[in-house]
Amino acid sequence: MFNNKVYHKIDALSGSVATLRAEGVKYNEIAVVESRAGTSLAQVIKLDGPNVTLQIFAGARGVDTAAKVRFLGETMKVSFSDALLGRAFTGSGEPRDGGPEIEENPSPIGQPSVNPAKRIMPHQMVRTNIPMIDLFNSLVKSQKLPIFAKAGEPYNELLARIALQADSDVIVIGGMGLKYDEYLKLRNTLDKSGALSKTVMYVHTAADPTVECVLVPDVSLAVAEKFALSGKDVLVLLTNMTSFADALKEIAITMEQIPSNRGYPGDLYSQLASRYEKAVDFDGAGSITILAVTTMPGDDVTHPVPDNTGYITEGQFYLRNGRIEPFGSLSRLKQQVNKATREDHRTVMDAMIKLYAQYKETVEKQSMGFRMSAWDQKLLKYGEAFEKGMMDLSVNIPLEQALDLGWKILAQCFDKGEVGIPTKLSDKFWPAV
Amino acid sequence: MTTTGKISAVNGNMITVAFDGAVAQNEVGYAILGDKRLMAEIVRVRGDRCDMQVFDSTTGLSIGDTVEFTGELLAAELGPGMLAQVYDGLQNPLADLAKEASKISKDAEYFLQRGMYLPGLPRDRKWDFHPTAAPGARISAGDPIGWVTEGIFDNKTMPGHKIMAPFSLKGVWTLKDIVAEGDYTVTDDIATLVSQDGGELKVKMMQRWPVKVPIKCFTERLEPTETLETTVRTIDTFFPVAVGGTYCIPGPFGAGKTVLQQTTARYAKVDVVISAACGERAGEVVETLKEFPEIVDPKTGQSLMKRTIIICNTSSMPVASREASVYTAVTLAEYFRQMGLNVLVLADSTSRWAQAMRELSGRLEEIPGEEAFPAYLESRIAAFYERAGRVKLRDGSTGSVTIGGTVSPAGGNFDEPVTQATLKVVGGFHGLSRARSDARRYPAIDPLDSWSHYNSVIEQERVEKARAILRRGNEIGQMMKVVGEEGTSLEDFTTYLKAEFLDAVYLQQNAFSESDATTPVARQRVMFDMVEKTLAADFEFPEKDATRKFFLDLQQTFIDWNDKPFESEDFKSLKSGLEKKIAEATDGK
Repeated sequence: MFNNKVYHKIDALSGSVATLRAEGVKYNEIAVVESRAGTSLAQVIKLDGPNVTLQIFAGARGVDTAAKVRFLGETMKVSFSDALLGRAFTGSGEPRDGGPEIEENPSPIGQPSVNPAKRIMPHQMVRTNIPMIDLFNSLVKSQKLPIFAKAGEPYNELLARIALQADSDVIVIGGMGLKYDEYLKLRNTLDKSGALSKTVMYVHTAADPTVECVLVPDVSLAVAEKFALSGKDVLVLLTNMTSFADALKEIAITMEQIPSNRGYPGDLYSQLASRYEKAVDFDGAGSITILAVTTMPGDDVTHPVPDNTGYITEGQFYLRNGRIEPFGSLSRLKQQVNKATREDHRTVMDAMIKLYAQYKETVEKQSMGFRMSAWDQKLLKYGEAFEKGMMDLSVNIPLEQALDLGWKILAQCFDKGEVGIPTKLSDKFWPAV
Repeated sequence: MTTTGKISAVNGNMITVAFDGAVAQNEVGYAILGDKRLMAEIVRVRGDRCDMQVFDSTTGLSIGDTVEFTGELLAAELGPGMLAQVYDGLQNPLADLAKEASKISKDAEYFLQRGMYLPGLPRDRKWDFHPTAAPGARISAGDPIGWVTEGIFDNKTMPGHKIMAPFSLKGVWTLKDIVAEGDYTVTDDIATLVSQDGGELKVKMMQRWPVKVPIKCFTERLEPTETLETTVRTIDTFFPVAVGGTYCIPGPFGAGKTVLQQTTARYAKVDVVISAACGERAGEVVETLKEFPEIVDPKTGQSLMKRTIIICNTSSMPVASREASVYTAVTLAEYFRQMGLNVLVLADSTSRWAQAMRELSGRLEEIPGEEAFPAYLESRIAAFYERAGRVKLRDGSTGSVTIGGTVSPAGGNFDEPVTQATLKVVGGFHGLSRARSDARRYPAIDPLDSWSHYNSVIEQERVEKARAILRRGNEIGQMMKVVGEEGTSLEDFTTYLKAEFLDAVYLQQNAFSESDATTPVARQRVMFDMVEKTLAADFEFPEKDATRKFFLDLQQTFIDWNDKPFESEDFKSLKSGLEKKIAEATDGK
């Protein structure tokens, strides 16, 4: 049934929400609102008797009570074709780069969840050439992992590097609440390296209407899902999910919903989970891997957004002082892949982290003025070499080289018997210094 | 005549329906959307309107769309065919859903299709029914009338899967006729019952039972006194769970809740395990799905999956069926309990279930309680855990349902409504601590904060003594952070090392090591004896370094010992090695 009637009277306006009387309207369908403020899409978010509540994507500012509202009879769709690659769009799918509109293959967004019985065990490593990831917390195809960082950390730079270096067929970038120059920087970085041609961007900048921010993950993931079903390995980068959660909060409060924790809506967990759970490895088709940025207000991991995220995702990377912290960072799926890389992978990983933990204790002791033993001196030397050789984000080497470097650092600082590595392996790999 | 209604409002997964005729609270209805029928449950009635939560996305519904009521409450199908199944929260078998969806298109089979519901029990499968009741027998609700073979329940090493008279039967009935031994489907009539006033009832192998109502076909509830063997040392010895008891595992993310639940599902000495993945990651369920069929259950020699049912309503699946999933799980458990079996329900995580209630309550615009949870949160949690218990059945045998629920408190802070409401009603508290999991001390059950009201596999006073050393060791450890090792007396230092030793060799257990992952009670007793000997020993070392060296060495040998199969030659020689080391260090006393 196509509802081509045009309505001319809006009864109530608040935030980005408008209410009017209309008939035959379907829940979640899309409408076009034409007003003095211009034309915008809107979505039905509540039906109550004759009253229809609409969320206007461009916001309600300037929308007049005599605005024309036309219901389209269908839900939100996003076009999908290879022509998307290399392009940038807004949260509601409008071109952001001056290019032509793409209208092929409209596909609905926010589709049902994947049947758990049709998932397969994640088993393939995604190489990034960043030792702190590849060696210590390997990223796995179909994993969902957030980067936890406080404001000001170079998380977008890290994301861009992973995008450039990770082996994937298609990259989908969802930007939420980005500053405009951040968007440009991200885009230029991809362009310079030639990765833009396999990238599609859906970007909401801080100046855009709040509602579009909420649409970004859905649109990005709907497109990613289409690519994955056609056999592509898709890497989805979402930055920043805290802005997404804040947009949800803003809308929920406008709708007079009862807040649960620090003003966030009670369904924050379900909202985040329904996006992150789109990460999947399809049996017989492609895959979706999700890397997201979650900024921690006040560097507080118990803040509702990072906290709920941690319960949903398969681990997390802590970005602190421009480095991926070895403690707290965790890839829950690394065990699935690091047994099949090189025989010394797990051993080097464990040994180096344990020694780095000891180094941290030594630094503490040193700062308290305790005397440094010969072993402490060795640890201090090791810690410095480890931070420089492995943790520095500018280090860019494949896993095998990183492992070799690991042995080299160990051999420079310690004797063979001191590092807690089984003799069988150290005999084979211990380099002559 | 069935009642119908028209939709008058849609808000998220909640619809308001104006109905004609009569409806019941929690009655199920279907909203008609084109060729799809979306299942919904009544959660509130006001005048001639009712609010219903829809178990699917409500996208596309309009004002005036028809709702058909069924006259039934949300129910589970009970009968043969449930074991080894993977269901969603409404008991739809997920593998069958995929098969059915593949008829739509190739891509469609990957996704859960809206409005697609399939029977929980296979309709075409035939079961070898063996009658055990004869015509003329007096039958009450839940009385067995026969059995079938289902997997490990073969009437040989394990009893057969009992076919029972409907749990809804009122009063005493007489068995009029019963079919001969043979193969029947779950919907075939297998017996006829006659009531005292002459009414007849056809009995099938399958029966339906409303999931939110406890099954009460037993003569009395018994006190849960027997320890449920989980083979996790810190649980069985220090914070035991009882057969028919309840316990909870709260902990921050990454503390190992799910691994602990999976280990328990694997090794716990029970007959049936029902694992409810409620609002958690789908990936973890997949691990269970792929691993369990490969693991052999030592008790039956068959795949572990044959004693397991998985209820899987992961975080991205509809919230309303998440709310239903824990009830479905416990109803299935009660069914097996009625056969005289011991059943373990593992709910991961009850916080997600509570959040589902919160979402629902918010949409109903109810006045919120703490952190916007509904005021009835506590009574719902209490009522859920109260469905656990050990019961005496009418034939004198006993069956039990044990419930273990994880709790995912916001920010890892236990002072939140769900943890607190749960702690009030459970018999055991296994609090996981971030500090322990960061230090890679797994299972991360905090030995100082956790508690249990149930009986340990070791005598209580011996356990208390060991805990006292843990507590004292912790105090000394705190002190040492301030005054350093130098400022600590040798005696205190030894106590500290004893506590660390107990932690390292007994409390910590490697879930990924074949031998260490599971410690049967007999082995726990032997190990505890050895630990106790060490804790009680009066060591006298000249200085701290020697003390530390001794304990590190003892600890290493002990950990090697843990890795050896019980009562193997290596096990015995390491045991005497340990005894020798301890004896040497206390020489002359």
